[in-house]
Formats: sequence, C-alpha cells, structure tokens
Amino acid sequence: MQIDDTDRRILRRFQADPDLSAGDLAELAGVTPATCSRRIERMTRAGIIKGSRAVIDWGKLGYNVEVSLRITLDKTDPRAFDEFLAAAREVPEVTEIQTFLGRVDARLHIIARDMGHYQHIYRARILTLPHIADIEPLMQVATIYRNWALPL
Amino acid sequence: MSARLDDTDRAFLRALGEDATLSAGALGRQFGLSQPAAWRRLKRLRDEGILAGRRLELDREALGFGVTVFLGVKLATKGRVSLEDFERAVTAIPEVQVVQHVLGLYDYRLRIVARDLADFERLLRRRIMTLPGVGDIEANVLLSEERRPGPL
Repeated sequence: MQIDDTDRRILRRFQADPDLSAGDLAELAGVTPATCSRRIERMTRAGIIKGSRAVIDWGKLGYNVEVSLRITLDKTDPRAFDEFLAAAREVPEVTEIQTFLGRVDARLHIIARDMGHYQHIYRARILTLPHIADIEPLMQVATIYRNWALPL
Repeated sequence: MSARLDDTDRAFLRALGEDATLSAGALGRQFGLSQPAAWRRLKRLRDEGILAGRRLELDREALGFGVTVFLGVKLATKGRVSLEDFERAVTAIPEVQVVQHVLGLYDYRLRIVARDLADFERLLRRRIMTLPGVGDIEANVLLSEERRPGPL
C-alpha cells in the first residue's frame, strides 16, 4: 500500500502522542474525523500500524540497573544463533534481544534491581547461555534522549 | 522505593505490553474482574507511574526506513563542555531515536534509522562523524529485534 502526505501527517501526530483521542488527532492532523478514522483503519489493515504497546517504567518497580550486553557468538556451530536466542528468551530480566550485522552478533538489554542482583543474573543466567564467544557490557548511566517516532 | 504488584497487576501489565488499547472492561473480562475493579487497578498503575504511556508500533520498512543501526560512540575529548556539546548536537538529528550515556567500551549508545545503507552512510559521514568531540565509532546494522515482557 502507498501512503500519501495525509497519511504521513496523521502518523506524525499519532506517533508523537498515541494517547490522543480520535477527535484531537483528526484536528491536529488537519483532516475530518471521518477521514482520520478511515485512514487509520486502512493503515492498520495494511500492517503499517502494527498496534500500540504500553511502556512500563521499570525504575518504578525497583529495577534501577540497566545494562546493554554486546555479545559475540561462536559461529563455527550453525545452530549457534537459534540456540542462543532461544535460551536468552528464558531469562526474565532480558527485555530486548537484537541481532546484528557488524562486529557484534547480538545484544541483550538487561534490567536488575541493583548491582548485586545484576551480578547474580550475569553469573547464573548470562554466562551460562550457549555459544557465547565474548561479552562486552555497557552500563547505562542515563538515557539522554528517546524518541520512538520515525522522521516521517 | 518500589511499588508492590500482585499477580493481577502483572497480568494487566503483560496484556497491555502486547496491546495498550485494551479497555478496563476487556481486561476485567479477561482476568475475572468487574469493570470498575479493573479500572481502579489501571488508574493506580498509571498514577504510580508504572504505566508510563504507550508507544505506537509502526512497520518501519513499509514507511521507507529500511535500515536501523546501533552505534557505539567514543568521544575523543572529554570534559563537561564536550559532553554537553555532543548531546545537544546529536539529539538535534531527526534520524536519532535513542541516545544513552554508557560506561564501558563506548561513551554513548545511539539508535538511528535510515532509508537504506546509502542514506545511512550519508548520515554517518555528514551528521555523526562531524559531531563535536567524536572519536571512535562502531556501527552494527540491526537484523532482527524482539521485545520481551520483562520480569513480570
């Protein structure tokens, strides 16, 4: 499906504030409510709008440590990626899993209550994951900026 | 300080993590609560800041953003001034979605979107490598990504 400037205008407003009511969204995007809901329905049906997900503030639940683990896998085993990913999914404190083309193969985003808890997860759950050749942790100090919106 | 959650709270957060548009009525039906009881729980989760808004999930590729890259950036010169200069300049680039200050091999972790690899190269050369204080840069092109529910 092709999207036009009107779709783009709606998406720009919608992604900037997904909590907007249908009426407010239409007004901000400069279209009638009927056009707005028709466009959104069309983009949802085409899979361009995949849905909306709640954002959980883990800090409020006592998870104060965030670590990005950059992982290199032992790729001599053809099952390395699949087995590593399947095992990583079983670790509850892993909130994101990415795979890459580049110097590192995968990244796990981990949350922990404190450094002691992190140390425990790292030893008991991460170092025991299969096919890891190397791990480099990046400890998160602060999120300076976050904007999920695409520059449409 | 961290808020206490019971099993129903966790079930709510899990469900909303998949679909943030679920109403109190729908959540109540799914987990065996009356609509008002479900609404009170939702309100508490919002008031305590645990539910911190929602994020619209769009099909990046369908909208013309075929490439997502994670960058590790090391600053060549450090000091308060250079950090602030760098942060101000990097957050002004529309394609930059996440800027995190980290400890480890790099000083910053960036997530950026681009139309394709040629567009990414242009961004890298013209916007990223020219940022104030930038030293070493490592780029990893995203192949796959999954978000996990987290420790709920």
